[in-house]
Amino acid sequence: MSKKWLRQVCSIAALFLVTAPPAASADDIVVSAAASLTDALEQIGRAYQFKSKNRVTFVFASSSTLARQIEAGAPADVFFSADVQTMDALERNGRLEPGTRKQLLSNQLVIIVPADLPTVVNSPEDLLDPRVRKIALAEPSSVPAGVYSKTYLESLGLWDKVKPKVVPVLDVRATLASVESGNVEAGLVYKTDAAGSRRVKTVFEVPIGKGPKIIYPVAILKESENKAAAKEFLNVMVSPSGLDAFKRYGFVVLR
Amino acid sequence: MSIIPETWQITLFSVAVALASTLVILPFGVALAWVFARKEWPLKAIIETMVLLPLVMPPVSTGLILLEIFGRRSPLGGWLYNRGVEIVFNWKGVLIAMAVMSFPLLVRAARTSFSEVNPRLEQIAATLGASRCRIFFVITIPLAFRGIIAGSLLAFSRALGEFGATILLAGNIPGRTQTLSLAIFNYVQTGREHEAYMLLSITVMIAFASVWCSEWLLRCPKGM
Repeated sequence: MSKKWLRQVCSIAALFLVTAPPAASADDIVVSAAASLTDALEQIGRAYQFKSKNRVTFVFASSSTLARQIEAGAPADVFFSADVQTMDALERNGRLEPGTRKQLLSNQLVIIVPADLPTVVNSPEDLLDPRVRKIALAEPSSVPAGVYSKTYLESLGLWDKVKPKVVPVLDVRATLASVESGNVEAGLVYKTDAAGSRRVKTVFEVPIGKGPKIIYPVAILKESENKAAAKEFLNVMVSPSGLDAFKRYGFVVLR
Repeated sequence: MSIIPETWQITLFSVAVALASTLVILPFGVALAWVFARKEWPLKAIIETMVLLPLVMPPVSTGLILLEIFGRRSPLGGWLYNRGVEIVFNWKGVLIAMAVMSFPLLVRAARTSFSEVNPRLEQIAATLGASRCRIFFVITIPLAFRGIIAGSLLAFSRALGEFGATILLAGNIPGRTQTLSLAIFNYVQTGREHEAYMLLSITVMIAFASVWCSEWLLRCPKGM
């Protein structure tokens, strides 16, 4: 009886050993990146995983949310922000691995409207039209896309009149989704986000040089336990094929 | 701890809309509860289940359904939009979200109360010549009163604490649709922990008071 029991226990144990997932390899990395980078990074991530056999997990959210998570101790190896201020704040608090910070990309702001509904918006000034009742923006006090949008509208002297119509949302992808839903008449997102959606129409592109300087810095985090793998990921990103991927999604490469 | 000016606006707005939402659902909830308690009909179970759904479904699911019903692209939402009535990203959306989410609580409490009213008392009143309307308002409601009030208090508390459906349907717009729950979420998201804790205390105090009264009403022996 006990021999049979022992055999059963051993075979079950063997089964577990054979089918158990490989212990989290020391080379798996977590990349916290701004929401606008979702599609481009997922593609680069696939290339990285294929090339290096390491796994990369992406956490996409607004840069401000990610920074707060990192400050609170969330595990991440790489942080890819949509603005310089958020990265600066982390640097001031000593969260970045020295010497790994790079300015990688830039982007453009655009005004979008639902693609299939009639619109009166062709320029920023049209946002003041009473028929434009609601305008979606990523939270203008903290999320980079929202901060850039607010800065731009302030520079045109439109912010005070636009502010009552603003619906603040969590991040730039949520802004895109609000406009797609038709529940707001307009929104401000990055050109790269608008390009990826057929349900919105771009009615105005903020000319480069007219709007606030948009810079996406990237850095390895000091708390990272897989700095070598993180460095490899960064190298894949800045390789010609990596930069090509970003360009294909509409990002401007700063090199 | 200093009180920030928005605290009053957010609290008053939340309490006002939650109160309005409770008053709006009161006649419907009480009527439906009475019908559930007194009448039988085929498919009654389906109606009962549908009324209970917002109580057990994730609030965001209910919020999504409401968004589909009242969004600009829907028949109802589009019709309202063309007449200048906005539900989405508006205080009316807050009210609707609160009303839908708290409705099942009111119905359940009121239904239990109605079930506890001895039907013989209603029958006796009928033999004495009282009309159905009179019986309802003079006999049934006063006997079920405590349960109805307790249910209303529960509904009010639920409305005040509503988050998932509210944020989807009405958004988190400071000064326009931001309730206590939404504001706390916003403050935590933006690192304003001091303000978040302040609002936390307010929500705890209000919720405590409402539930305390509600339970006291339910616990009190009948016929004070």
